[in-house]
Amino acid sequence: MRALILVGGFGTRLRPLTLSRPKPLVEFCNKALLLHQLEALRQAGVSHVVLAVSYMSEALEAAMREQEQRLGIRISLSHEKEPLGTAGPLALARDLLAEGGEPFFVLNSDVICEFPFAALAQFHQRHGGEGSIVVTRVEEPAKYGVVVSEPDSGRICRFVEKPRVFVSNKINAGLYIFSPGILQRIQLRPTSIEKEIFPAMAQDGQLYAMELQGFWMDIGQPKDFLTGMCMYLQALRAQHPEKLHSGPGVVGNVLVDPSAKIGANCVIGPNVTIGAGVVVEDGVRIKRCTVLQGARIRSHSWLESCIVGWSCSVGQWVRMENVTVLGEDVIVNDELYLNGANVLPHKSIAESVPEPRIIM
Amino acid sequence: MPLKAVILIGGPQKGTRFRPLSFEVPKPLFPVAGVPMVQHHIEACAKVPGLKEILLMGFYQPHEALSRFLAAAQQEFKIPIRYLQEYAALGTAGGIYHFRDQILAGGADAFFVLNADVCSEFPLQEMLDFQQQHGDTDSFVILGTTVQHYVEKPSTFVSEIINCGIYLFTPAIFQHIGEVFQRNQQELALEENSNGWQRAEVIRLEQDVFTALAGSGKLYVYKTDGFWSQIKSAGSAIYASRLYLNQYSQSHPERLAQNKPGGPIIRGNVYIHPTASVDSTAVLGPNVSIGEGVTVGAGVRIRESIILHGASLHDHTCVLNTIVGWDSTIGRWARVEGTPSDPNPNDPYAKIDSETLFRDGRLTPSITILGCSVTIPAEVVILNSIVLPHKELSRSYKNQIILSALKPCVLPRVHHASLPTRHCIRDSPSIPYHPSWMDLQQILAPSLVHSFASSAVVLGED
Repeated sequence: MRALILVGGFGTRLRPLTLSRPKPLVEFCNKALLLHQLEALRQAGVSHVVLAVSYMSEALEAAMREQEQRLGIRISLSHEKEPLGTAGPLALARDLLAEGGEPFFVLNSDVICEFPFAALAQFHQRHGGEGSIVVTRVEEPAKYGVVVSEPDSGRICRFVEKPRVFVSNKINAGLYIFSPGILQRIQLRPTSIEKEIFPAMAQDGQLYAMELQGFWMDIGQPKDFLTGMCMYLQALRAQHPEKLHSGPGVVGNVLVDPSAKIGANCVIGPNVTIGAGVVVEDGVRIKRCTVLQGARIRSHSWLESCIVGWSCSVGQWVRMENVTVLGEDVIVNDELYLNGANVLPHKSIAESVPEPRIIM
Repeated sequence: MPLKAVILIGGPQKGTRFRPLSFEVPKPLFPVAGVPMVQHHIEACAKVPGLKEILLMGFYQPHEALSRFLAAAQQEFKIPIRYLQEYAALGTAGGIYHFRDQILAGGADAFFVLNADVCSEFPLQEMLDFQQQHGDTDSFVILGTTVQHYVEKPSTFVSEIINCGIYLFTPAIFQHIGEVFQRNQQELALEENSNGWQRAEVIRLEQDVFTALAGSGKLYVYKTDGFWSQIKSAGSAIYASRLYLNQYSQSHPERLAQNKPGGPIIRGNVYIHPTASVDSTAVLGPNVSIGEGVTVGAGVRIRESIILHGASLHDHTCVLNTIVGWDSTIGRWARVEGTPSDPNPNDPYAKIDSETLFRDGRLTPSITILGCSVTIPAEVVILNSIVLPHKELSRSYKNQIILSALKPCVLPRVHHASLPTRHCIRDSPSIPYHPSWMDLQQILAPSLVHSFASSAVVLGED
């Protein structure tokens, strides 16, 4: 089977992290985001994945060469010269996708959940329609594409993108499976699958919804990235508790790369991810954070709801909170207070940031 | 030649800008660089040969802490020290005039007058020598220091000599004060509606006496290059501590903490009371004073702060530009931070100390003050805030005044024109009486029951 992953654009909402890496290569819970998806696809029998990209494709390409061997999966890049939206890339990769004559998966690269690809394939085969989309229930559906479907068959009656009045709280989770016939509907031009293709398919009775079990998150922006991390770690506690860290000073769900070092008298957690080669010195308190590879957190600091970028150095007695995001290689001097600071890569911070702002 | 010194210590109505710290202890006794504010004055006076007696003058009621301090100081410095209580606030000249007989008793040839709320090198001997040198034994000396002010239009620096609040007088001064007193009485007699606030005896040195003396050839200024600062607000106490701690390297090196094995890491000038208990992994300084019985836990960082006695700082806390009140507690990993408001008269860009507490309805960033027995929970941040005594916080606060458990109340809009004019207690004519500060004074006065709608003030919580 094949799959198309819509990697797309600049990942502007996950800046400053995406200024250093393409978004699919940002580690989510110590594994590149793309790898979460690739591994799940591989498990469902997918042998060939197409990445639809428009930015930093060389970095992605290089990383993918490595993974191809390891995963035993073929990876192609479909490079958009101009942004093609969410449907256009399917047309661009038409040949690759239609080749096998089988249904193919399509997914947004920002999505994290307990990927139900095998179940989705079965669901799709049973109803025989042109497309199946995974839906999930959320509290605030107005931010997403909302789905109204028949309860038994799952056939979608209406598909409304970002509705202004309440329609339903089932939303498009960004995971699809299509029969090759759908490619007739899509031309090679910027096209929105949510606004143009799905409503038409729904009208034709060709679109079906399968409800997702378990957690779901669009982690395209830092605060959702952290929320998604909490959900993922909770699911990990339920399914693979041995992967989580334990020991003195560890509270709740904490994931620590084996190569990381944590000092004495720290209290880490709940909901913390510590990446490879990270050093956390003595007396540090971390809650609800992701610390990316190679960063150093110096002693007596206090971090809550932050993302610390690769190779950062956070000084002693620093306090960081409120979705502070440090880009790659940022240095934060001792004794500073960062509240909601969004710091671009390679910056040195010598003054506190008491109110949320962007540091260029 | 017999000399005396008078230290003007003011009273409770003075020093409202020193609240909430002045709720617990009279301002002149507030510890600066580890010892009561006025002890620096006393030490300087005791060093002048021929100085026979020190008189503290003010309108505080008899106070246990004050009496104890005076007794101890007499013992330590081996010089008679007495407290003369004014029956009312009499102004900077009215007090010494009222007690002129006491001051001159024993045949004093000259006497110093020092304001308690200044921080200085106290070049008293130099002032004496200066007075002798230019020959006129009946002249008066004002200690002055040069400051530069930045003026916006035209954009330039203006050099100015300001009055340090430290004087050397001879008995002849009383004649001049007496003349002002006579004039006041005459004016009062002429006025039909005396509203009770004005008294003939309230005489201010600068406004009333010196202005009259200015052209007379009797008033001299001795310019000093030594350090000097006013201590009006809590923030300036931290700045004054820095100046005195700096002086200790020469005057009292035994008061400065040293780096030693098993002890905390000391950066710059730090005072630690012998009964304080400080973990060896703590990092203190520069400009830190640790009071009696204070506990400082592992991995604590303190900088530019005063920790008053009995306070307890738990592990990994970070305290910057803060005064931590007596017996307060700061929980683990908490961050308590203020913004320095150095009233450095020689820094052209420094804010002058008379700035309003509020600007545009928001609290101006200033040092953080925790009143007596305040509890800060673990892991919170307290930034640029003032916490009144006995308050137990449960969350973070920024740029706020947190009152203790008062019932929410209603404050009528105050029309400033209707405020009574007060003949007080303003040392320098250059400090304007800001209406917004008046509002705050009313709030902080516990006897008033009024409410305040501003978001900058958090009333009793939970």
